[in-house]
This record gives sequence, C-alpha cells and structure tokens, in this order.
Amino acid sequence: MLRVFALALALLCLTSVAQAESPATEPTTTIEEVLQHLRSRSFDDKAAAIDALAHSGHPRADALLKALQDRRLLLDRANDRIVLGERADGGWRLHDPLSEADLGTVESRAAAPITINNRLRRQIENLQAAVGLNNPDAAQRRAAATSLIGTKDPDLLAALRERRAREDNTSVAAAIDTTLNTAALYSEDSDLNTRLNAIEALSGSLEPTVRNALRSRLDSYAPSERKAVETALKRIDARTARYQTADTLFFGLSLGSVLLLAAIGLAITFGVMGVINMAHGELIMLGAYTTFVVQQVFPQGHEWSLLVAIPAAFLISGFVGVLIERFVIRYLYGRPLETLLATFGISLILQQAVRVIFSPLNRSVVTPEWMSGAWQINPVFSLTFNRLYIIAFALTVFLGLLLVLKKTRLGLQVRAVSQNRQTARGLGIRSDRINALTFGLGSGIAGVAGVALAQLTNVGPNLGQAYIIDSFMVVVFGGVGNLWGTLTAAFSLGIANKLLEPVSGAVLAKIFVLVFIILFIQRKPRGLFPQRGRAAEE
Amino acid sequence: MRHSDLKTALTDRAARWFIGILFGAVALVVLLNQLIPADSGLHVSSYTVTLLGKYLCYALLAMALDLVWGYCGILSLGHGAFFALGGYAMGMYLMRQIGDRGVYGNPVLPDFMVFLNWQELPWYWLGSHSFPFTMVLIALVPGLLAFVFGWLAFRSRVTGVYLSIITQALTYALMLAFFRNELGFGGNNGLTDFKDILGFSLREDSTRVALLIATAIALALAFVLCRYITGSRMGRVVMAVRDGESRARFLGYRTEHYKLWIFTLSAVLAGIAGALYVPQVGIINPGEFSPLNSIELVVWVAVGGRATLYGAVIGAILVNYGKTVFTGIMPEAWLFALGGLFVAVTLFLPRGLVGLADNVRQRLRKNSGTSNGSKGTDNDNQPEASHEPA
Repeated sequence: MLRVFALALALLCLTSVAQAESPATEPTTTIEEVLQHLRSRSFDDKAAAIDALAHSGHPRADALLKALQDRRLLLDRANDRIVLGERADGGWRLHDPLSEADLGTVESRAAAPITINNRLRRQIENLQAAVGLNNPDAAQRRAAATSLIGTKDPDLLAALRERRAREDNTSVAAAIDTTLNTAALYSEDSDLNTRLNAIEALSGSLEPTVRNALRSRLDSYAPSERKAVETALKRIDARTARYQTADTLFFGLSLGSVLLLAAIGLAITFGVMGVINMAHGELIMLGAYTTFVVQQVFPQGHEWSLLVAIPAAFLISGFVGVLIERFVIRYLYGRPLETLLATFGISLILQQAVRVIFSPLNRSVVTPEWMSGAWQINPVFSLTFNRLYIIAFALTVFLGLLLVLKKTRLGLQVRAVSQNRQTARGLGIRSDRINALTFGLGSGIAGVAGVALAQLTNVGPNLGQAYIIDSFMVVVFGGVGNLWGTLTAAFSLGIANKLLEPVSGAVLAKIFVLVFIILFIQRKPRGLFPQRGRAAEE
Repeated sequence: MRHSDLKTALTDRAARWFIGILFGAVALVVLLNQLIPADSGLHVSSYTVTLLGKYLCYALLAMALDLVWGYCGILSLGHGAFFALGGYAMGMYLMRQIGDRGVYGNPVLPDFMVFLNWQELPWYWLGSHSFPFTMVLIALVPGLLAFVFGWLAFRSRVTGVYLSIITQALTYALMLAFFRNELGFGGNNGLTDFKDILGFSLREDSTRVALLIATAIALALAFVLCRYITGSRMGRVVMAVRDGESRARFLGYRTEHYKLWIFTLSAVLAGIAGALYVPQVGIINPGEFSPLNSIELVVWVAVGGRATLYGAVIGAILVNYGKTVFTGIMPEAWLFALGGLFVAVTLFLPRGLVGLADNVRQRLRKNSGTSNGSKGTDNDNQPEASHEPA
C-alpha cells in the first residue's frame, strides 16, 4: 500500500513537471520507474502502475498500454527490466520500450510477458476510453464513448457527463447519450421516469450492448417499463433486420460482380464470336498467377503492384488467347462441339502446366493495405473495402468493354464479323485478324478478372474450374451476345444466391440456382435478352 | 447395314467380329487367371481381371454416349451423372448386404447413417436390400432423370452447345448435392466397404471373374441392341435429326420424340455400366459426378471414332489403358497427354481411330485396284460436321 502511495506521489510530481517543462524529454526517467512497478506479482500494484502510466501524459503511454494488452510487454529476466518484444523463430526479439531500439533476440525462456487478468484488461480498456473521450478528434471521441456502452463505473460515468456538458459535436453527444442511457438502465437507484426516457431514447440503437441492457429490464416490476422495453426491442429488431437485408444485398452485389468479371470475357468469346472456350477459366487462373508473380518480383510493392499486375495479366492472358485462337480454334469455326472439346484439352494442359511450374498447392496473394478494412456504417452493417473495390472494378471493366465495342473501329469490325462474316469480308474487313484480336480481348479481360479474384480467393490450379460453369451460366442466362444481359444476369444470380444462402445453406443455394437456370433455359433457350435480327436466326 | 431386323444385327460382320473379339479376350483372361498357377509367367492376376472389367464398364458407358452423340448429335457433358446414379443404386444394395458386419454392427442402417445419428432408413433406401428391386432402380433412376430432363430440353428445342452446357450444369449440381451428408448417400466418402453381392464375397477371385463375364455379356447385349436400333427405321430418323434437325422436322417427324427416346435409352445403358462398375472397384463417391469425368468420357468416344459403336469401345479401352500406364509411371504427364489428346483428335482425327483405319484401308484398296463392292463399314453413318447445329 505504501508503495502505491509513493507511486502516486511520484506520479503527481511527474505530471506537474510534464506540464511545466516540455513533455517529451523530461519524464523519461520517471516513466521507467512506473514501468518497473509492472514487475510486481501483485495485481493491485500492477493496477496502480497502469493508472499511473495512463495518466502520465507520456507520448509512449498509449502504445505501452496497448502492448501490455497484447502481451507484448515482457520482463527481460537477464537484465531485470521491462521491454517490448515479439516472437521470432522460437525466441523473442526485444525492443526498448521507449525508443523501440532493437535489443537483439533472446531465447524463449529468457523473457516472459507481463501477465494481466481480466480486471486489469477491463481497467486498461476503460482508461483508454476515458483518455479517448478528450481526444481532439471527434471520431476518436465517438469511438471512446461507444466503447464505454454498458459500463457501470461511476468515475467513468462522471467523466462522460462532464464531457457531455462540453461536447459540441452532435454525433459524439449522441454516442455519449446512448452510453449514459444504457447506464441508467443498469443503475439500481434511478427512478422510473428516467428509465422510461432512457428506453425511449435507446429504442433505435443498434449496439448489441444496448439490446442486452434493454433485455435486462424485461423482468421489471413496472408494467409500463416492460411495455416500453418490448416496443424498443421490437424497433431495434426491425431496424437490424433491415440492415441485414442490406448486408445480404451487398454480398449479393459483390458475388454478382465476381460473376460479372468471370463471365464478361466469355461474353465476348462465346457471346460475340460464338466460340465455346472451355479454357476461359484457366485464362482467369493465368491472370491470378500473374498477380502472384508480380508480387514476387516486387516484394516491397504490395501497395502498387496491382497497377502493374492488371496490364500484365491482360497482356499475358490475351497473348495466350491469341495463341489458342491462331493454332486451334481457327480450324474449328462452325464446329462448336469440337471447339468445346479442343479448348477443354487446352484447359487441362494449362492447369497441369501451372501445377508443374507453381506446385499444386495454393499460393496466397497479399492484399494491399488500402483494400483491407471495412467501412463501418453502424454496428450491424459494414461494407468491406475489398468487395467495394471489386464491385467498382467490375463495373469499370464492363463499361470499358462496352465503350470499346460501341465506340471504336475495332468494336465496329468485331460486331460486323460476328453478325455476318461473309458480308464483313466483302466490305474489306480482315476477319482473320479480327477473330484473333477479339479472342485476345476476351481472354485478356479474363486475365484482368483473375487479378481481382486473386484478392478474394486462393490462387491455385483449380481456380479456373471453379468459375467456368458459373460463367457459362451467366452468359447463357443473360442471353448470348448481349453485354447488358450478362450484367443483369451476373447481378441477379449473385443476389439470388446470397438471398437463398441463409435459408438453405450455401451448397443448396448453389444447387437451386443451377436448377433454376437449367429450367429457365428450357423456357427461354436464348436467355433473358435474346439477340434480335438475322444474327439470331442461324 | 440397310436391313434392320434383330437377326442381321446379331450376325452381320461387325457384330460377329465385335462379339468374337470381346468374348475371346475375356475367355483368355479368365482362363489364364483361373487355370494357370500363380507362380507361372502366363498367370493373369486378379488385379488385371478387375482392371479389364473396369475398362469394359467404361466401354459400355462410351457406347451409351456414342449412341446420343455419334448417332443423334447430342453432345451430353453429363453422362457421368447417369453412370454415377446407376452406381449409387448398386452401391445402396451392396451397402445393405453388409448387414451387421459394419463397424457399428447395425443390422439395418449403413455405417455412415449410424455415424450421423440417424434412427431409421430414409424412404428412398427402402427396398434397396432386394436385388431385383435394385436392378429396376439401376435402369429406372437414370432413365427417369434423362426422360424428365430430355423432355424439358428437347421440347423447348435446346440444342447444340446450350444443351451441352446445361447437361454439364446438371452433373455439377448433382455432384454438389451428393457431397451433402444430409442427402443420405454417405456425403464426401460415398458408399464403400462392400462385402458381398448376392451372397458371394467380392474378395473372391471367382466373384471378380463372374463380374467380368457379366460385364462382357452386358456390353455384347448393348452392342447388339444399339446396332439393331441404329439400323432400324427409327435409327435412320435419329441420324436424320443429327444431320439436319429442321429438315427432319419439316418432313413431319416429331424430332423431339426421337431424341428423347434415344437419350433415355442411352442414360439407362450408362446406369447399367455404373452398376457393373461399382462392385468391381468397390466404391462410389460424388467424384464420379464431376464434370471432368463426363468430359473425359467424351474424349474416349472422340478418340475411337463416333457413330460406329465399336469405335467408342476401342477408344474407351485405349484411353483408359493409357491412363493406367501413364499414371503409373509419370502421373504429372497424364493430364498433359489427355489435354493433348483432346486437341489432337479434334484437329487431326475428326473421325477418330476408326476413321483413320478406314482411310488407310481405302487408300490401300485404291492402290491395289480392287473394287469396293463389299463395303461393310459405316462410312455413311459419319456425322458431317458442317451440318451440326451452330
């Protein structure tokens, strides 16, 4: 106890000094003393040291508390000092707690993490939140207030009330109100009216803690309160359900964009040229492996290597596509079933080639920093960035392709050849060259799709096979030769799949969608948006 | 083959050669296995007996596909599904034959059901203990699926690649379904650990030989049947549908009826092949539904040569023998070889090995100056690529 007192005294000096002098240099000697107290076996001592650390105002205090939470704050047994450390090949790599200077590695037994119990963990969290409440950044303040929802600690509640009085940011004020109202529900001595007001105010909140607090009042002795809680819970559930639907739709859109990316190259080769390319999936796979190789070539460039990978994948898959067209498909025009078989053979060869070159195991592609994370809209609804980017990317590729086909000379020639080869040739279009270029374009887009898919799934030799049937389904469902049909089909199938999933499970949902398409094709053999005009009558 | 009664189908030259070679080979293998002592160099191991039985099952499957693809122009990429369904029907019977000899010793429920904590047999397993009922099931299940699927597809005139792709989707969907434990067919592991069939242990050499002979008989019967059908008036219409469906329709034929009938028959044959296959290899699992299997089967037929029936048999045996050899000595090369085979056959051998042999024979005949009056081959049966629906 005496030690705690002495510590508090030291702390007092420390803070006064810190306020008087420049805070960065002067207190370093004393913060080390505070750290030394963490060596104690008693959790009470540690609690005091944590308090002291949090209130020290030292620039490293936050980082050290976080390290303590993550069990990265170690006791270096040889030198009897507190250090930072992380696991490194069976031992520990140590760092100075203040300067983070490298202190070399020691073996596993030479250092041990400072142990904390749940009480200390909670204490650290609350301290961090209390500090956060006064953070100049409004977002940080709101996060701190939200993290305190459910607390019953009177000191923290006092701090919240005090902040609320000074708070001029409305969203932060609302967050603090939610926390205070939740506390009112838990408090034993609050009067009925306060609680009824609190329940009313909380009835739109989506925080799970708030919901629990409300449920704890369901056995209240006052019927009016029970009724209020029931209404509030109902409203919360209704809102949650709405956001969950939105979540499902988002996942559906994201799956749809994956399908769109996978199918869009096929929409060119199959849809426009009428070539059944069973190796399409493997062209996607080549794109994914290109991403992997580009990352290997630029080990430091995870943030921007995608910008290299996209054109590289387009060129490589496109080149392979042109080769396939020149050496195989060219001889098989007008014989779709033979084309199907030959390209299937090519897909086997490509798969096996990848197995031999890159091993049959899956390769992982590092997702760049700016693609990870999520846009948290509220506690039950968040949009992950990688899916948002892929939706945007799929739409960009789609629009780009549409522009190429509708606005460029190449696009005009492609459409002409696909509508009537003889007439197009008669008008001086070199149909051979156009065929090769079109096939290369479709294949290149498959490669670009591979870059995007590499961010979502494992890169392995079977990557392409997983998408080939889906891609064909999308193109056929949308109507062959119709890019807008492909877009509609991809998104509607993606959303249908995700809507069915919670009801039936993922595998059954997929089976249902497949059966639906099989039946749909029976009804409308030419898809949702059949091509009109003479081209369709062949 | 202008005539069309059963007698000609049984006795014409191709049928005599086919049945002769088939039974000759099988008899040779059986004798060498049963009569020659195991330490002799001429002895044929039971492994080879089963391997030959497996090839003959594949041959029957290939013949079934040839019937729809070669003669009717329907490229089914889902014939493996019918094969697997027949196999599962047989597997159910074999599972029930295990009785209380399973790991859990339950006299009624197969092991995997006990493991899943099921209390009683699902309704679709009822009757699976009876062999006659199983025989009916083997033909009925694939046949019914093909009938319903074909009825929907042909009625709405789904043709060409569209049909190929939805048959592929069909087998893919079935594969996903059979992977589920809840479906009641053993999920991922499928049905295995069979003990005996009709009371004879599957481990006995004599049972294996009997299964081989049964397979050979089934193949021979199927060959005669297919030959009879393709030679009949109906067969001519089917081929007319292949070469110009619209023209056949305009001439007044209900083309979808012919297609449906030939497709269903072919599915039944594939189911029988699957049923004979399962007791010989001792397992059936959802992998048999995988689209790759069905597409591999297409290449057997393409390698052998379409629309000859025996070409499909030759193709199935040769490709699978190649697979056995390749996967034995250099496994990683097999897929290269298979892929190369797909490309090479479509580019250079559009009529398969049988077509190649015909060409060689005709050239020899032309060189030696003899007339070709005794033309016994089925050149007129060859599909003309340009007439296939686009």
